Amino acid sequence: MLGIYLSALVLLPIAALTSEAGKGGLGAFWREITSPQALAAIKLTLGVSVVVVAVNAVFGTLLAWVLVRDEFPGKRAVNALIDLPFALPTIVAGLVLLSLYGPKSPVGVNVAFTRASVALALLFVTLPFVVRSVQPVLHELDVSMEEAAASLGAGPFTTVRKIVLPNLTPAIVSGIALSFARAVGEFGSLVLITGNLPFKTEAASVYIFSQIQNENLPAAAAVSFVLLLVALAVLGALTLISRWSSKHVR
Amino acid sequence: MSASAPHLQRPAVPLALARSGKETGRRAARARRLGLRSVALGYLAVLLIGPVAMIFYRTFEHGVGAVWTALMAPNAQHAFWLSLEIAAIAVPLNTVFGIGAALLLERGRFRGRAVLGLLIDLPFAISPVVVGLTLVLVYGKTGWLGGWLTENGIQVIFSVPGMVLATAVVSLPFVARETMPVLRELGTDSEQAAATLGAGPWQTFWRVTLPAIRWGVVYGVVLTTARALGEFGAVSIVSGRIEGQTQTLPLYVQDRFENFDSTGAYAAAVVLALLAFTTLVAMNLLTRRARAREAV
Repeated sequence: MLGIYLSALVLLPIAALTSEAGKGGLGAFWREITSPQALAAIKLTLGVSVVVVAVNAVFGTLLAWVLVRDEFPGKRAVNALIDLPFALPTIVAGLVLLSLYGPKSPVGVNVAFTRASVALALLFVTLPFVVRSVQPVLHELDVSMEEAAASLGAGPFTTVRKIVLPNLTPAIVSGIALSFARAVGEFGSLVLITGNLPFKTEAASVYIFSQIQNENLPAAAAVSFVLLLVALAVLGALTLISRWSSKHVR
Repeated sequence: MSASAPHLQRPAVPLALARSGKETGRRAARARRLGLRSVALGYLAVLLIGPVAMIFYRTFEHGVGAVWTALMAPNAQHAFWLSLEIAAIAVPLNTVFGIGAALLLERGRFRGRAVLGLLIDLPFAISPVVVGLTLVLVYGKTGWLGGWLTENGIQVIFSVPGMVLATAVVSLPFVARETMPVLRELGTDSEQAAATLGAGPWQTFWRVTLPAIRWGVVYGVVLTTARALGEFGAVSIVSGRIEGQTQTLPLYVQDRFENFDSTGAYAAAVVLALLAFTTLVAMNLLTRRARAREAV
């Protein structure tokens, strides 16, 4: 029963995608993903995603640190809010950003239809991943190790660099991997704010969508297959990270 | 021994100075903490809190009456109920599947366990647009099963069954992934005890396993529901977005916005945002319950 359900929902559809992408042979597949518009979309998506996960690595770790080690009024509410981008429908996320950073911005910042809007939307939807991945590890981390380092004369920066960060690295990396997968595939939050301009703000997922609308299924399938490979690579990386970090604990 | 002796008796810093040194150290630590806190919360305010507050302001700018009228529009009503209907089918399906898959992955020893795990995680890692396309390629008119479906008069793509399918795919992993760690924690002792006392596998599941994992399952159901109600990309592709027919609430938001009806778009978006806040509250209550149980 489980097998039938999973086949109908995932296995068969993935097989159909692979078959459609490979229908014309490797040459046709290559031509589709290197067509100027497709290539521009793939490059934009990968490029912005790299920037976004780098920002996430820094601010996500910082937020996790503040939520675990700091005490301030309203901390519980802030902690709960971290999950909001996850619970909020993506189309609403786009509209939310547009209401503050769009053409009618009350603060005078209008990023609509620019590449910055792509980054902003992706930062919004990937916010929870690094925070939620680092938080439990930081919680478990023994403060006595840091105190020992400090009493041996290490300054705060040395302690963070030599004691805290090495212990958090697997968690940060897996948070990065999850953010990356999400950023590369994101669609809903981009639709309203980026304007979907080919060669400028059109992300890979938006390109696929417009090709489906134009009934150009081979082009859509080829780029989709690239995104599928990225997703599989991320899942593979996550398995390796969890194996590696559990080895470290032992 | 003698080498460390001078080290021990080294009152190099006078007492008063040492105290003030400690004082400045503490002050520096406090300044650092405040600095980090401001940067972190500032980032959150700019990226998340500001924009979300803004959309509530924009929505109710012209009063509650306009919002109410917008929500009572027939297409808005239809979209709302269709979203609920789809979730009401997809969530129970994924709950049953998720519990089964979690049991299989945690308790089963068989070849291909890793592959099963990968297939369950895949919808989480893959773009919703790709999910939509894969479904069109199987269930669409020219898809693998398209001919057979047409012959039997079943329309999947551009109608509700396809939208249920798309919603089920994107919300597939949550129940399984939230239930697995709870099952692992639980161990098999109590199940074995039940079996020794003569309980059959079904009886063991209903009386022993399910009550023990229920909060993990509920947490997964909350995540599944939130995702099901909010799904946009995959549903957008398989639905055909026919007003008043195959338009869910998230699709309605886009439609209103692109037709320059910002009141309608904001009103529907705020309904979805309130559902998201409800999800957050539920998640928090469940986490607190789990933590309280741990403490006992």
